[in-house]
Amino acid sequence: MKEKQSLVSIHDFTKEDILRIMELAADFEANPDQRLLYGKVVASLFFEPSTRTRLSFESAINRLGARVIGFSDMNNTSVTKGETLHDTIRVISNYCDMIVMRHPVEGAARYASEVSRVPVVNAGDGANQHPSQTLLDLYSILKTQGRLDNINIMMVGDLKYGRTVHSLLEALSHFKAEFTFVSPPELQMPTEYKMQLYERGISYYETADIMERMGMADIIYMTRVQRERFSDIMEYERVKNAYILHNDMLVDTKPNMRILHPLPRVNEIATDVDDNPKAYWFQQTENGVYTRMAIMAYLFGVK
Amino acid sequence: MSEELKNHKKGVLEVNAIENGTVIDHIPPTSLFKVIKLLNLDRTSHQVTFGTNLESKRLGTKAIIKISDKYCADEEIGYISLVAPSARINIIRDYEVAEKRVVEVPTHVEGFVKCANPMCVTNHEPHVKTRFDVFTRGGELALRCRYCEKITTQEQIEVIR
Repeated sequence: MKEKQSLVSIHDFTKEDILRIMELAADFEANPDQRLLYGKVVASLFFEPSTRTRLSFESAINRLGARVIGFSDMNNTSVTKGETLHDTIRVISNYCDMIVMRHPVEGAARYASEVSRVPVVNAGDGANQHPSQTLLDLYSILKTQGRLDNINIMMVGDLKYGRTVHSLLEALSHFKAEFTFVSPPELQMPTEYKMQLYERGISYYETADIMERMGMADIIYMTRVQRERFSDIMEYERVKNAYILHNDMLVDTKPNMRILHPLPRVNEIATDVDDNPKAYWFQQTENGVYTRMAIMAYLFGVK
Repeated sequence: MSEELKNHKKGVLEVNAIENGTVIDHIPPTSLFKVIKLLNLDRTSHQVTFGTNLESKRLGTKAIIKISDKYCADEEIGYISLVAPSARINIIRDYEVAEKRVVEVPTHVEGFVKCANPMCVTNHEPHVKTRFDVFTRGGELALRCRYCEKITTQEQIEVIR
């Protein structure tokens, strides 16, 4: 592991680090009340609003017995007075033992980890990285499939801009996954990621048809196709319904198949899927708390 | 005037010789001002001559820079390779080519290049030095930002000094 025990990018973790996080998450799930960080103070710095990620981290911090300080948007902070990120982080790192931060600017977490005297956990830096989401996605795959190796995963929706699919792709590449990318042509997986797979000898298949390979999937990873991503609104209108999952589409899927979604869901999964046992996105959020407990305990070196 | 003499005179006019210093030849014309900025030649006290859109058998057209009494450091030569990989660098002593410097592409670049991603922290926060890892993609050099992890292609390279 690099960068003085911070977790900024999924690249900071080796395959062994990832597997250890999976073990620890399972351990915390079996016994959530482990006050391993009693007496510690964790700063939760959300420079842009977030509901799930912030509360999930703060729940994890509380369950570990540490105390939380911080803010949930930057309007009430010295940032509005023009303070630099450098100075904000230098000061706050004197008040706490770890920083969990979300920031709209890409690379902000890496820079913070360089100037902070305490470890930094990136809770999202713009469109760049969100490693705790990737790790909780992996933990959800492990829990539902019993393994991480050779997973057949179908990623659906906005594969061009979606940071969660990019990081998950990179993390799953350690485990020889088989990928199907389903998206409208405007939002295809960037060439850079496909080249990475090619170089690692990992197969992928690209299609615009959501049904074509659904029957082979162990995991369907849904993301939202957003109107603002299209330069041609007519094109958006034409494709928008093609990537909405309905219950009757799942008839011929594998019994072990589970549907994940990083949330928030808007309309890309119809509510009639919610009661299908293959729907897993709400359990996925619970897994997020155990995964974040695992990440913090691991970085603090208490587990 | 004989063709030979004409060519000789044309050559003299196009590329005045320097007694001592560095000649950077075979620069693509579109990269000339990037090299000038990279080497801080707009602020140097050395005598500098340059020409652009000169005939070149290799490139069709080329640019050339001659800097009197300055010998480029290895680091500077590495950076030249990022913006002008075809460049040839010769060290001149007493009007003769004393040394042909080999252009080696650096594996890391700090400062010098602006990250092409407008949302990168290096374009928002003052005093953050840009840092890149250099790699080859599809036969072209590319720079991956260590902060935002986005790629700046060779074509997008903008020199900051």
